[in-house]
Amino acid sequence: MIQLSNINKTFNTGKPNQVTAINNIDLDIKTGEFVVIVGSNGSGKTTLLNLVSGNILPNSGSITIDGNNVTRLPEHKRSKWIARIFQNPLLGTAADLSIIDNFRLAALRTKAKNLSIGKNDQFKSLVKDRIATLGMGLEDKIEQPIGTLSGGQRQALTLLMSVMDTCKILLLDEPTAALDPRSAENVLRIADSLIKEYQLTAILVTHNLKDAGNYGSRIIQMGEGEILKDIAGTEKQSLHQNELFNWFG
Amino acid sequence: MDFYLTALLQGLCFAGIAFGIYISMKIFNIPDITTDGSYTLGGVVTGIMLTHNQPGYIILPTVLLAGALAGALTGIIHTKLKINALLAGILVMTALYSVNLTILGRSNLPLLSMPTLFSVVNLITNVNQNSLLILIGFVLIVALIIGYLLKTDFGIAMRATGNSEPMVRALGVNTDRMKITGLAIANALTALSGYLIVQLQGFADISMGIGIVIVGLGSVIIAETIINWLQITSVWLSLILVMAGAVIFQFVLAFTLYIGVDANLLKLVTAAFVLLIVGFPRLTGRAS
Repeated sequence: MIQLSNINKTFNTGKPNQVTAINNIDLDIKTGEFVVIVGSNGSGKTTLLNLVSGNILPNSGSITIDGNNVTRLPEHKRSKWIARIFQNPLLGTAADLSIIDNFRLAALRTKAKNLSIGKNDQFKSLVKDRIATLGMGLEDKIEQPIGTLSGGQRQALTLLMSVMDTCKILLLDEPTAALDPRSAENVLRIADSLIKEYQLTAILVTHNLKDAGNYGSRIIQMGEGEILKDIAGTEKQSLHQNELFNWFG
Repeated sequence: MDFYLTALLQGLCFAGIAFGIYISMKIFNIPDITTDGSYTLGGVVTGIMLTHNQPGYIILPTVLLAGALAGALTGIIHTKLKINALLAGILVMTALYSVNLTILGRSNLPLLSMPTLFSVVNLITNVNQNSLLILIGFVLIVALIIGYLLKTDFGIAMRATGNSEPMVRALGVNTDRMKITGLAIANALTALSGYLIVQLQGFADISMGIGIVIVGLGSVIIAETIINWLQITSVWLSLILVMAGAVIFQFVLAFTLYIGVDANLLKLVTAAFVLLIVGFPRLTGRAS
């Protein structure tokens, strides 16, 4: 589903503060894989995610998504495959807009936003049914500005919004970093079930080693812009949390 | 009484600027001050086309297009050259002064005895009241169009752009193009105010736009204060309040003149009034 080959990314080239964020990385992520990326700060995890999303472009190398070369494609053109969940829950939703407006926009991720009113009763009841599955009681508040909700609620809704339109890849950039432990667990559980239900290919960047152990079908450790460890399949399932801690020892 | 009627007429004319500032400032979160230039542009284009006996159905689209071009230019400078929106607006506004002067050919153009929007349609015999009816109809139609636009899928994307750009980009919207379009719409509406005021007053003047951005800002801030106060979320009501804001603003100015404040001090009073409204929530401790 996602192929990165010979990817290099350097920031501030030629200046004293030059940083090699990604150093010649090759990565092949198969359809339906749920990849968890761990690594210390500055290891290049988020840069890698941004390269996949198109938020930043590589200095060299090529990126293929679903068989299409997207290396130079800007972020908004990659949205036909990719949905993103941001670290900051406030970024994933438009605060002043109602819940229903946010969902309407999300439902048009891969489509044109044209001059017709698509927010009809049918759409509203569809959104209500979807939101009801969260069990947060938000289905009766769809006309309320989404900014009035808590970070956890917003992040949960953002996840739901990502599957309002055809979605193949879900990128999660430390989605729970700003949440309390309980909301964090809830959000990851929702993400995991959506990934399974919609057979998404997912990448989760996290600092939480417990989550890294519990979720995902493949785990990658990054350091100084390179892939240090790459473990998948049954070996990933049997990976013990203590072993993960030792990676950082 | 005529005094206030004139203020009402002017306020309705300025509703265009208010809608424009509402779109650029409240919806896109961009401080756009192309306004001074695009308002005058709308006025001089109207004046020059009227004196060249162009039909009304050509003048209005031309005015809108001229304003939209000015706004789009600010948008392009802001998004493509990554220049601060305020500076981009100042640049275009400054350049427009020369453009406006070239179009007008002189500093003032009287339009006496020209068939304007207000003289062509005669609903009732009283000139001022006739103008009022035409203006109310005109501005309501404009509000209706903007309201519809904001409710469409495109409008939702527009409103979201000012809130969270990363989100909107991730949802497949070219935010640069969206901002350029937004500023184009905002300045087309501003030009529309120039179009109306020139026909109402019967002349176009090169300096008519100096400091006019404060009228839009003041109107939107009045509207916003009421919107926050009454916790209004409806797009329609917000637009009506922006319109009302423009009228209230003119009433305050008319009242200031009425109680005998020197007309030379009007801009000072205007600035002080806007400061008062902006500071009001802080002063009364209602700040959120």
